[in-house]
Amino acid sequence: MNNNNHSDTSRVIDIQGITKTYHLGEIELQVLKGIDLKIERGEFVSIMGPSGSGKSTLMNILGVLDQPTTGTFYLDGINVAEIRDQDLARIRNKKIGFVFQNFNLLKRTTALRQVELPLMYAGTRGRTQKAREALESVGLGERLNHLPSELSGGQQQRVAIARALVNEPSLILADEPTGNLDTRSGKEVMQIFQTLNREQGITTIFVTHDPWIARHTNRVIMLRDGNIIADKHVASPLDAATAERPSEAEELQEVFETTYYGGKAEEYT
Amino acid sequence: MSLLETFRVALTALSTNRLRAVLTTLGIMIGVASVVTLTSLGASLQGYIQSQFEDLGADTLQISSARFRNTSSGTQPMTTQDAEGLAEEGVAPHVVAVAWTYNIQTTVRSGANSSTMSAQGVTANYADVNNWYPASGGAFITQNDIDSSARVVLLDSTTAEDYFGTANPVGQTLLIGGQVFTIIGVMEERSTGGMSSQTVLIPVTTAQTRLANAHVAGKGYRVTQIQAKVSSADSETVALATDEVEAYLLKAHGIRNSASADFNVTSSATILDSLSSTLSLVTVFLSAVAGISLLVGGIGVMNIMLVSVTERTREIGLRKAVGAQSGSILVQFLVEAILLSLLGGSIGIMLGGVFLLIGGQLAPEMSISLTPESAILATGISSLIGILSGVYPANRAANLHPIEALRFE
Repeated sequence: MNNNNHSDTSRVIDIQGITKTYHLGEIELQVLKGIDLKIERGEFVSIMGPSGSGKSTLMNILGVLDQPTTGTFYLDGINVAEIRDQDLARIRNKKIGFVFQNFNLLKRTTALRQVELPLMYAGTRGRTQKAREALESVGLGERLNHLPSELSGGQQQRVAIARALVNEPSLILADEPTGNLDTRSGKEVMQIFQTLNREQGITTIFVTHDPWIARHTNRVIMLRDGNIIADKHVASPLDAATAERPSEAEELQEVFETTYYGGKAEEYT
Repeated sequence: MSLLETFRVALTALSTNRLRAVLTTLGIMIGVASVVTLTSLGASLQGYIQSQFEDLGADTLQISSARFRNTSSGTQPMTTQDAEGLAEEGVAPHVVAVAWTYNIQTTVRSGANSSTMSAQGVTANYADVNNWYPASGGAFITQNDIDSSARVVLLDSTTAEDYFGTANPVGQTLLIGGQVFTIIGVMEERSTGGMSSQTVLIPVTTAQTRLANAHVAGKGYRVTQIQAKVSSADSETVALATDEVEAYLLKAHGIRNSASADFNVTSSATILDSLSSTLSLVTVFLSAVAGISLLVGGIGVMNIMLVSVTERTREIGLRKAVGAQSGSILVQFLVEAILLSLLGGSIGIMLGGVFLLIGGQLAPEMSISLTPESAILATGISSLIGILSGVYPANRAANLHPIEALRFE
């Protein structure tokens, strides 16, 4: 092992040589083939990769929903491999906030109750006050007693973000958080993540396959076939407040321009 | 997660599917209602019978001739000799008083009123032994009346009303078996439990000699029944006294083997015991049949809990992702199953209460009511069903893997 300083609390994620192998009957399927990854406190990272690249598996391991087959994983200085299974729930509760593509809100439960959920399992006192503050920080101070069915998609995802931050986790893990949202709501949600990261220094990891979303983060990690093939800082991240996503027509225009071979315009109508 | 919180979550989950919850618990509802109704009904019936028997005196042995028993020596009649022998000092130390009766069917007439009824010849201590006395204004038969075979009579309240209406019959006369009897009193009312018909009480000697010829050579007179009052009503003393009486009569009748005794010794206590045990057995059996519906109800609860776990797989996954321990999930679903069963149980108890209320209206003399024991039993059974039918689904929920649960469509 390198001269890793695990007591260095500024490092949220410290992964060394992680592999993950699934046994499907006789077949062994190695999904992760030796990942090394360090993420410092306050970083805003996106993990990209095509389907089957292992990015979901990596996210599950980062989220302590799954254990690696080999390798070491320090989360906030804690060696996750040494944690007993029944204590993993507690680690998830304290250290990680999840945001899902499909929001995963409880049916028939008010926004306030949704956000109280992690506090309830943590046994925290003064839950309602904390939940209200978290909802206010995502701009839903006026929607505390609304049910998911009474909220727009963007608002639902903001409830989910409030739920992810209410326990003051070391890390927010967001899996395609804008995937189910229209452009405008996606932009709002993106703006919230950027603000939280910039103003409160909340370490955030996005798992996405959308390059436009990845361009809003500060660092992009590219996975393919279970290996990291690129890990680069974004030179100038987009600001969700100002950046306008090109419309599909504009993107298509770009495709036309780069592939147009010079025929007459009528040929394409 | 606190228990209160768990209950709130379970209640919320149940209230989102109200109709389903009620339909699910229908089996338990019906089962509990039947169990509660049957056990309460059994208890009321037992209490009713007990109160009827208390009037008859649990501390009195009834000795009568076993007329239909096949014995080698033939059946010897019960006689005054037997009764007087039993009353002798030292024969039966646990017997404090011996009374005897001689009953005959005869015609009782007053003016135009005439009917055939039982005239009961009784000894002077009959009133004390049976704890049945004349109402005020009357006197009971005395030893003098016995010695002189006096023609005096006491009426039971029903007979008095039949013959004399509201007028006071004391001092008036009646024709019994064609002979003139003077009425010396009316017995106080007592519940008969429909077991004895109308009767008039006369001195036993009058019945044996004036109205019938009950003489038995060398043994005095025939008697219908000997009543032996035992020194205490507890079952041990009653059993001791029974043994003493049997031993004496076997000897007096010259019978060696108690199996061929030509008499029966019974006490209200033994009759009550055998009646009660039969009744409890029937109650338990009927309740067990009703319990089958509880079993079916339990399966219904388990089924719906399994459906609920599948429906809420994503919710379970999310709860685990935000930090729910497997134990919390287990308890959550278990509490839900128990609440479901208890819901059915409490509606069942209310339903049973309604049935019993209707039963109480139909048979007011039996004082039918819901016994607390049956309600507690029903609640206990429902919780047990909840636990048993909830364990498997709850365990399944608790063991779901968060990743697979979150991915569940």
